[in-house]
Amino acid sequence: MSPHRMAQEIGRTPAGPREVPPLGEQRPAADLGCVDTVLESGLRVLAVRQAAVPMVELRLRIPFAGDDALHTARAEVLANTVLTGTARRDRFEVDTELALIGGELDARVDPERLRISGSSLSSGLSTLLDVLADALTSAAYPEGEVGRERDRLVERIAMARSQPSVIAREALQRHRYGEHPFTREIPQPDDVAGVAAEQVRTLHAAAVLPRGSVLILVGDLDPEGVVADVRRALGDWSSDAAATGLPELPDVVGGDLKLVPRPGAVQSQLRLSAQAVGRTDPRYPALQLANLAFGGYFSSRLVENIREDKGYTYHARSALEFTPHGATLLIDADTASEVTAAALLEMRYELGRLCLVRPSASEVDAVRQYAIGALLTSSANQPGLATQLDALTSVGLGPEWLREHPERLAEVTTEQVGQAAMEFFAPTRFTGVVVGDADRLAPELGALGGVSLR
Amino acid sequence: MAASELHKLTLDNGLRVVLAPDSTAPVVGVSVHYDVGFRSEPEGRTGFAHLFEHLMFQGSESLEKLAHFRYVQSSGGMFNGSTHPDYTDYFEVLPSAALERALFLEADRMRAPKLTEENLTNQIDVVKEEIRLNVLNRPYGGFPWIYLPQVLYQTFPNAHNGYGDFTDLEQATVDDCAAFFDTFYAPANAVLTVAGDFTVDRARELIEKHFGDVTARGAPPSRDFSEPAPQSELRHIHPDPHAPLPAFAVGYRMPDPVGELDSYLGYLVLAGVLAEGDGSRLQQRLLHRDALATDVSAGAGLFGPFEARDPDTFSITVVHAPNVPGDDVLGVVDAELAALAETPPGEEELAKVTARWAASLHGEHDRLMSRTLGLGSLELLYGDAGLIYELPGKISAITPAQVSAAAKSLRPDSRAILVVEPAGNGDDIEQGGAA
Repeated sequence: MSPHRMAQEIGRTPAGPREVPPLGEQRPAADLGCVDTVLESGLRVLAVRQAAVPMVELRLRIPFAGDDALHTARAEVLANTVLTGTARRDRFEVDTELALIGGELDARVDPERLRISGSSLSSGLSTLLDVLADALTSAAYPEGEVGRERDRLVERIAMARSQPSVIAREALQRHRYGEHPFTREIPQPDDVAGVAAEQVRTLHAAAVLPRGSVLILVGDLDPEGVVADVRRALGDWSSDAAATGLPELPDVVGGDLKLVPRPGAVQSQLRLSAQAVGRTDPRYPALQLANLAFGGYFSSRLVENIREDKGYTYHARSALEFTPHGATLLIDADTASEVTAAALLEMRYELGRLCLVRPSASEVDAVRQYAIGALLTSSANQPGLATQLDALTSVGLGPEWLREHPERLAEVTTEQVGQAAMEFFAPTRFTGVVVGDADRLAPELGALGGVSLR
Repeated sequence: MAASELHKLTLDNGLRVVLAPDSTAPVVGVSVHYDVGFRSEPEGRTGFAHLFEHLMFQGSESLEKLAHFRYVQSSGGMFNGSTHPDYTDYFEVLPSAALERALFLEADRMRAPKLTEENLTNQIDVVKEEIRLNVLNRPYGGFPWIYLPQVLYQTFPNAHNGYGDFTDLEQATVDDCAAFFDTFYAPANAVLTVAGDFTVDRARELIEKHFGDVTARGAPPSRDFSEPAPQSELRHIHPDPHAPLPAFAVGYRMPDPVGELDSYLGYLVLAGVLAEGDGSRLQQRLLHRDALATDVSAGAGLFGPFEARDPDTFSITVVHAPNVPGDDVLGVVDAELAALAETPPGEEELAKVTARWAASLHGEHDRLMSRTLGLGSLELLYGDAGLIYELPGKISAITPAQVSAAAKSLRPDSRAILVVEPAGNGDDIEQGGAA
């Protein structure tokens, strides 16, 4: 390389350090035209006009819990085949019609709900709704498609369970909630292999129901007009029965972490969790800010400590995970085996410190600005807004919450954030798992304590 | 396409600027693309371009370590950076009230970053954790982007691992950083892009104020990474201790993405015809009709199209069941390519691909972050940010004959095949150097 300056010379200019400019005046987001209504079938429809590009984003959420031991396997096969053929279209015709409108539809299921999401050019919305209605009212579950998807699913489950993040998630769910249906995120391969097409058709008839479900449409659309289109397109989707929600979850109780062996792993997964509260609780805005200060963004105490100061991890994070009737705190980091115990020690230290050395006024101002700005940037595009509305409607809230939340965040005091820190972040409230090379980790974790080694 | 109006200017120090005002939402995106990626890093310093990207966040003459992140986030914004074969980008997306602050932050690290031993050591550790997370400790880590070029290409810039070997990363010095900065991070070697809610006059004024006195240095001469295409089928077996199923990737050379754009787009459409959607040729055949495979994809560029200059890679990847010989699956791929070479695809088949591309480009435009980065990378690689608004038209103009010609050029006697063999048996060995 050519001759160059020394690093010290590069980091110096004749003018010297400069002042960071202040923020300007912020313009609020424009109010978006919106219709929020419940159809005769019991389906809630929320249509919002956001027309920066000629596209439409669609989210349909159907409560989809079941207590049958084989529900998870059947639901998973259903999600993988609901769009593979109807009374009117085979799998390839579905794909062709969607492709020609620049569209996509995808179905996924978790222990709580079935979600069908998609998008298309706004000029193709009537086709998108027609394909959706067709699947909802006449999904055929052809034997051949069910058989092939079932086989692929068995392979994909094997693939998923080889991912350390999935191993850690399953271990955490068992450790937090035992056998509650909420833990059944991925079915057992043998159960999937035994699912018959007829069982999937029966499940569809009994559980793919409009009452209690929510359809969200965001994009270049006329909200009033689109609700009429939905009423017409989904007119045949009806039932007196309501879709099934999950039973109440027990609260997460603090206790020892569980060491889960993964022989030969070069990196460990640390996952800590504690009970929290959701968006409908008056303490939520203060909890949201306390969580950001702890580990919810890059400039948080946890990330600055274990990544930027100590280099233990590429990413560390603390987030609120919304559960059927509330929320939990979830802290995660992946670390090299040799620093896993040290990283856990620092996590506990930062938890304790958040309670005792509470977030300062400037820390609270920083997270407040971040939370308000993040709300603005993440809802400034169609998929982002649709995803936000999906989360809000699942706890009975709507677009008005998005409009009002900046004000709620502005009103939270430093004192309230400190109280939330004390109430929710005490180290003894947490439990969790450590996944990694147990032989290598056990001596240090044993010395540190608070970890069940077997 | 909802084209924003575009304004371009060049400062006296050579910094190129793209402005794309749009007041739909009160947010702005700011990015800087430097014309250096991992293909330009020196031999013996694999992974250096990416390591250096991390160091650009670690403080400057005006800002302490960590201050950059704090200023962006306490303005309500988000940030990141990423290293590509031929460029490195840095960006912020923020409420529009923070525009001047974002410009200050980018100018500040372009002018005088603080490159210290302490930050270098810390970020080598962070990068090693990133590699453990994304490559060493996960199934199919680095597949195919790290391992396929090592088979398809012969020369160091094209073939080496852009994430880096641990031994190379550990040997990086502060002086390497100084040399790299002075060579490649000159304003004349960069493009600044601002998109979103602002007025052009105000942006010009702020850009001149903050970037105007960044000292001019010469841009490095443009580099030529061309090398001959392989003269045979090259194969390599890569054991993966975490992979549950066998897989392979086939890599081919393709036309120059910049100099032969129309021809390149033929390959882009071919990738869609082959593997985009249930009705695409390979998905239909491998996943649904014959049920030989679990997953199949095809693409122009290992990170997506419009990411690199010549030479660029066309790839097809397949994950398949262990009881199906990989060569049988490859035989099906070859048969489908031969069928397309013989008989061009139908008009409707192409209409499907072009409509999905139009929708996908609208989607990118809708997300301010991808819009900002797309404008910047096209300005850097093509000298034409406005190309972003011409792409849907150019893609829909591709003819069946062009797609057929692209398929014909993907010849079995000039390609690379990387085979992933599951090698998990509980005695995993850490790769990539030191533990």
